[in-house]
Amino acid sequence: MSTNPMHQFNVYRIGPEISFGNVDISFTNASLFMMISAFIIISVFFAGTKRKAIIPTKIQLLTELSYTLISKMISDTAGSKAKPYFPFVFSLFMFVLFCNMLGMLPYSFTVTSHIIVTFALAAVIFVGVTIIGFVHHGVGYLKLFIPSGVPLFLLPLIVIIEIISYLSRPVSLSVRLFANMMAGHTMLKVFGGFVISLGIIGGWLPLSFAVALTGLEILIAFLQAYVFAILTCIYLNDALNLNH
Amino acid sequence: MVRNYLKFIGFFTLLSGECFGAEGGMPQLNPEYWVSQIFWVILIFGTLYIILWRIILPKINANLENRNSQILTDLDDAQKFKDQSEEKLSEYNNILNQAKQEAKKILDGTRKKVNRDIENKKNQFNLEISKEIENAEKEIKTLKLSSIKDINKIAIETSSEIVRKIVGTEVNSSSVSAIVEDTSKKEITKYI
Repeated sequence: MSTNPMHQFNVYRIGPEISFGNVDISFTNASLFMMISAFIIISVFFAGTKRKAIIPTKIQLLTELSYTLISKMISDTAGSKAKPYFPFVFSLFMFVLFCNMLGMLPYSFTVTSHIIVTFALAAVIFVGVTIIGFVHHGVGYLKLFIPSGVPLFLLPLIVIIEIISYLSRPVSLSVRLFANMMAGHTMLKVFGGFVISLGIIGGWLPLSFAVALTGLEILIAFLQAYVFAILTCIYLNDALNLNH
Repeated sequence: MVRNYLKFIGFFTLLSGECFGAEGGMPQLNPEYWVSQIFWVILIFGTLYIILWRIILPKINANLENRNSQILTDLDDAQKFKDQSEEKLSEYNNILNQAKQEAKKILDGTRKKVNRDIENKKNQFNLEISKEIENAEKEIKTLKLSSIKDINKIAIETSSEIVRKIVGTEVNSSSVSAIVEDTSKKEITKYI
């Protein structure tokens, strides 16, 4: 069974069955790896902020660099109004990044390779951004669907397209991350399987591919976390500044 | 776009179902643990968010601002010290120039005074010398005059003696003296 490339995505229960009413919310391996990621993030950042040196230590430098990276990203894309949402974007980036990176370890589980997880995050973002938009602009937020300078007879069509594209934001956001993660891990597994089946003579070629792919996957793990965060910033920018 | 994604997912489902049929397609599309995953992701991400938001990010922010303000104050201090040192340097130069000028003034003053003193001393000396010379000349004159009287006396005595010896008679001393005085008056102008 271990040669099945999809086997690594199986979710199974760890420990006792927990139900809320008649809904099953048992602790699974996915929950375990989410916890590990969150734990690693918190420990790294606690270690990095323990001593407040003027000349930063290495781990302190890491935390400060990630802080400035996200803070620059959010101020560049969404302006100064988005500052209150900085902690959210920062946690989002860190969570996705560490889940992606943790998935690169052999025998680990990639939390972000599950559509339901990424969709839950994307749905939170989508609902949050929509609420922020309506709070800041009231009904005027609907102007987002009416681009300026469009001929009147095209307007109904454009509005429909805009609404569809707005509603598909959480889908595209979640599917982008999920599909990238799943495809990469499946591919790695397939090449790994080839190494076994081709044996010591022919296995070197897929092995070198797997090594190269691992490098690529690490890049993608970072890139997808970055894209996830920057798209959140762009959506926030739409909601806050309404300059379509 | 959405349809494309759905197609993609469907294709993968089919693919995995056909090729690796044993486990029945993508585990991602098995809704058995969906609620559990949603529950746990929201719980864990929410906890992470609150810890980062409330505890960690303010610390990093405070530290970054602390460093920025530290750097700014350090730069300010450096500028202040630079200004101060420049001020001190110009002050020092001023003092040096003043001292130089004063020294020059003192030197000039002293030189003038010394010259004046020398001049005074010289004049005084010259005056004294000329006085001395005058005195000496006077003395010489009196001496000469007194010596003329003595010479006259000696001349009278000698001439009267000579006359007595030659003639053998006493000579009237008054007539001798009259003759001597007369001659000496005639001749004295040669010596005085």
